[in-house]
Amino acid sequence: MVFMHELSIVASVVESVTESLEAYPHARVVEVRLRVGALASVVVDSLEFCWGLATEGTPLEGSRLVVMTLPVVMHCAACAADVELEGVQSFRCPRCDEPCSDLRQGRELDIESFEIEDGAETENSAGEKIEDRA
Amino acid sequence: MTRIVELRQGILKKNDELARGLRARYAAGGVLVLNLVSSPGTGKTAFLERTLRELKARGSRVAALVGDLETDNDARRLAASGAPVRQINTHGICHLDAEMIDRHLAGWEGVELGGLDYLFIENVGNLVCPSSYDLGEGIRVALLSVTEGEDKPLKYPTLFNSADAAVITKMDIAEPCGFDRDLALRNINEIRPGIRIFETSSKTGAGMDAWLAYLAEERTIKG
Repeated sequence: MVFMHELSIVASVVESVTESLEAYPHARVVEVRLRVGALASVVVDSLEFCWGLATEGTPLEGSRLVVMTLPVVMHCAACAADVELEGVQSFRCPRCDEPCSDLRQGRELDIESFEIEDGAETENSAGEKIEDRA
Repeated sequence: MTRIVELRQGILKKNDELARGLRARYAAGGVLVLNLVSSPGTGKTAFLERTLRELKARGSRVAALVGDLETDNDARRLAASGAPVRQINTHGICHLDAEMIDRHLAGWEGVELGGLDYLFIENVGNLVCPSSYDLGEGIRVALLSVTEGEDKPLKYPTLFNSADAAVITKMDIAEPCGFDRDLALRNINEIRPGIRIFETSSKTGAGMDAWLAYLAEERTIKG
């Protein structure tokens, strides 16, 4: 079940990047970078596991997936400050131990960027490939 | 030559956009929408059956969308309350998304958002995946039964942290189950400080008055 969840998330990533690639018709995707909050309910290993499968036969085939995990940040009213939590087992301020309910970071599930190799240089004016670069 | 293309967009952008549209439609219709999330077997359907029945008895206009992987058993059970109920079969998908809600609201015979006070969405029994998908709901309810273990909120912090209200079900069998009430309440509060918690029994009706009063209150604010 969890696997299905990550697969559908990865499929959304592939769809979004593919759409953005329309602006770069000859590009090859090298890497896709995600930002995933610690409270996003996503297992990073499962995302990576699904990546090869979900990118197969798409312009993203062969690309790397890089996932950056973001810690939970709460706003502590007592300290009047944003504080980073060490885990997701207790929503208390690590400085003053007061409960915090004002979440500022941790639910992110974003595509940060993707890296492309511009294929334009490898093609001649007729649009034919001159050679494949290693 | 390689270059970086900054995208900076939500992976579930399409769902979030659809959910925003749904939220605006619910607000325009003056209907309070609740998304009920729990593990399989917590008693979501029994709790919803009782809620629909009691709300109807008090003259409220209610309807329910019910998500399951397969079968329309729950919809048939809930329809006995006399409220309009529509089943959503996800065929293997572990959560409901905004598109499924949008599609099932369309062409729902006899049901207009403007003609409802409350719309309940019973999500697929799962404590993980539904928490990522906004359905445009006004209130997300996390349910936990006394048979499940008091540490469920700690094991599934994402759901409990994103919930607006928590409902403990099957309180009538709390004692034989050895349910540690204080520990459960403490764990819920540890993950979501200050959340409203309702201790209920769909069988005896315990805790239903407080729950129904909360719904009426929230409807005045959000509906």
